[in-house]
Amino acid sequence: MTSEFDPARLAAIARDLRVLILRMIANAGSGHPGGSLSAVDIITYLYFRHLRIDPERPHWEDRDRFVLSKGHCAPALYAALARRGYFPEAWLWTLRDVGSPLQGHPDMRKTPGVDMTTGSLGQGFACAVGIALGARLQGKTYRVYAMLSDAELQEGVTWEAALAAAHHRLDNLIAVIDNNRCQTDGFTADIVAVEPIDEKWSAFGWDVQRIDGHDFVQIHAAFQRALQPRGRPHVIIADTVKGKGVRSMENRPEWHAQPFTPEQAEVFIGELFEGGSS
Amino acid sequence: MPLKTRYELNLGMATREAFGRALVELGRENPNIMAVDADLSKSTFTHLFAKEFPERFVSCGIAEANMVGVAAGLASHGKIPFAASFSCFLLNKAFEQLRVTVAYPGLNVKIVGTHSGISIGEDGPSQMSVEEISLACSLPGFVVLAPADEVATRALVRAAAEHVGPVFIRTGRPRVPVIYSPDQRFEIGKAIELVEGSDVTIMANGLMVAEAIRAAEALDAEGISVRVLDLHTVKPLDREAIRKAAEETGAIVVAEEHLVDSGTGVRVAQAVAEMHPCVMEFVGIQNTYAESGPPEALLEKYGLTAPHIAAAARKALARKRGR
Ligand SMILES: Cc1ncc(C[n+]2csc(CCOP(=O)(O)OP(=O)(O)O)c2C)c(N)n1
Repeated sequence: MTSEFDPARLAAIARDLRVLILRMIANAGSGHPGGSLSAVDIITYLYFRHLRIDPERPHWEDRDRFVLSKGHCAPALYAALARRGYFPEAWLWTLRDVGSPLQGHPDMRKTPGVDMTTGSLGQGFACAVGIALGARLQGKTYRVYAMLSDAELQEGVTWEAALAAAHHRLDNLIAVIDNNRCQTDGFTADIVAVEPIDEKWSAFGWDVQRIDGHDFVQIHAAFQRALQPRGRPHVIIADTVKGKGVRSMENRPEWHAQPFTPEQAEVFIGELFEGGSS
Repeated sequence: MPLKTRYELNLGMATREAFGRALVELGRENPNIMAVDADLSKSTFTHLFAKEFPERFVSCGIAEANMVGVAAGLASHGKIPFAASFSCFLLNKAFEQLRVTVAYPGLNVKIVGTHSGISIGEDGPSQMSVEEISLACSLPGFVVLAPADEVATRALVRAAAEHVGPVFIRTGRPRVPVIYSPDQRFEIGKAIELVEGSDVTIMANGLMVAEAIRAAEALDAEGISVRVLDLHTVKPLDREAIRKAAEETGAIVVAEEHLVDSGTGVRVAQAVAEMHPCVMEFVGIQNTYAESGPPEALLEKYGLTAPHIAAAARKALARKRGR
């Protein structure tokens, strides 16, 4: 989008999306709140300030592509797509039910605005490399964005894709790592450590930036810089907080995929408005 | 209807939970038992083992191919590693490791897939496993087990630990009815006749066994005498039980929560064709991926409930009688 950069406006949108995420997951009875909430500020920035997209034309050939490689955080993407007008907000209340266009994990055939089917960690990122390569082969100038999780860096295919992207000097590819430092079984550092992430990506030949993934000023600066071609792919390591915005969920791995009731969701939403967070 | 076991079909625990509990029991008896996991220990219930035997639990992170390689290495030391994850990730992401470093050298690795089939439900197709029976059975030397309830799971996890060589055990996410009494005996490769009958045989495994019993009940009320076999071992098949079913009932229905093109049914059909050709019908997932939804609704929509099995049995019987 070409609007002025207005961090306060983006923060207000992100807060609205958090409300939708919490209500959506509660209504569905299952889903992944923690990682959806850590990712949603960056997703807000991309969909409401940055991506060259047209919700009226989800298959527009020249659109920027976004691959949610950490596909389990689909609720954050669905909230953004609904608010951008890709589909009616009413669809959000069908999430994960039989016949719904909104699958538990992103489905490029069922949901307008979803560019790649994901859900098996590691795979989406490799597809993003292919999309970026395809764009270059076809002389297209659009950019390809992929959002990964920190624990996704444990999958071997992630590094295979990273090597390939650097080898092919895909500077139209921008990876974002939602580094919330938690995975299913606990803190990533206690399961299989992935740090130092920045040094690893530098060694793999990527242009590396590291930011606070909840600070819109830093997010904006990083994505602006990533638009400049540097002859190598870009990675933005976004340090985030799992469950961001809901005090009682923040930085607690157990909220990775724990279900909660619609009543509990309203309590969590109350916490969002206690102020402070983004 | 002559019943060989008690089956009020009360809801018991999920087979994945029964696996996790059985593994802890085995761990207490045998210090060589280990658990290897890929960041899903609370879902696969290996966290119970991890809690009691932290030094014998290895988390490999979200890296299923690596996990199976690590398990193969541990097995080469005489350890008995149980590697667990969702079936879809375990069989698909680590298939190459299962082939070259487990099946080919015949290492003593136990592979436990949880959240199998479409009954994982709401997470949707990317997390559903509908091809792993086919994949596991294609590996030479593998034993492939698909227990129906908590009793069967406990017994077959034990049998897997005692068996020397690679084993795949298929378990599920939802709680399932208890079919067996606690003292039921299970033997790898030996089907269990749950209902005696002479008109048609229904063979099933996993959560389809309870559905098969329900179908038999409905057919019994119509005067159709149905034999029900629990094919808890898909490899090696109980060829003797299959031959008898073909000879004595002349019509066989195979019901499975798996792609119908490549699972238990086609294996049974091969055995039937070799030994005693007869009429067969197949209940399973047709050439498609399913979708997100509550497990019961999906099982119904994709044709995996008792009424669908009963319809297939009626069809088989009509074909057998030349109608
Ligand atoms: C290949 C693969 N293995 C396992 C899973 C199951 N799974 C879903 S989310 C998750 C871990 C979540 O941690 P992380 O990837 O860091 O995501 P976040 O914290 O951002 O939610 C796992 C193991 C999967 N989706 N794909």
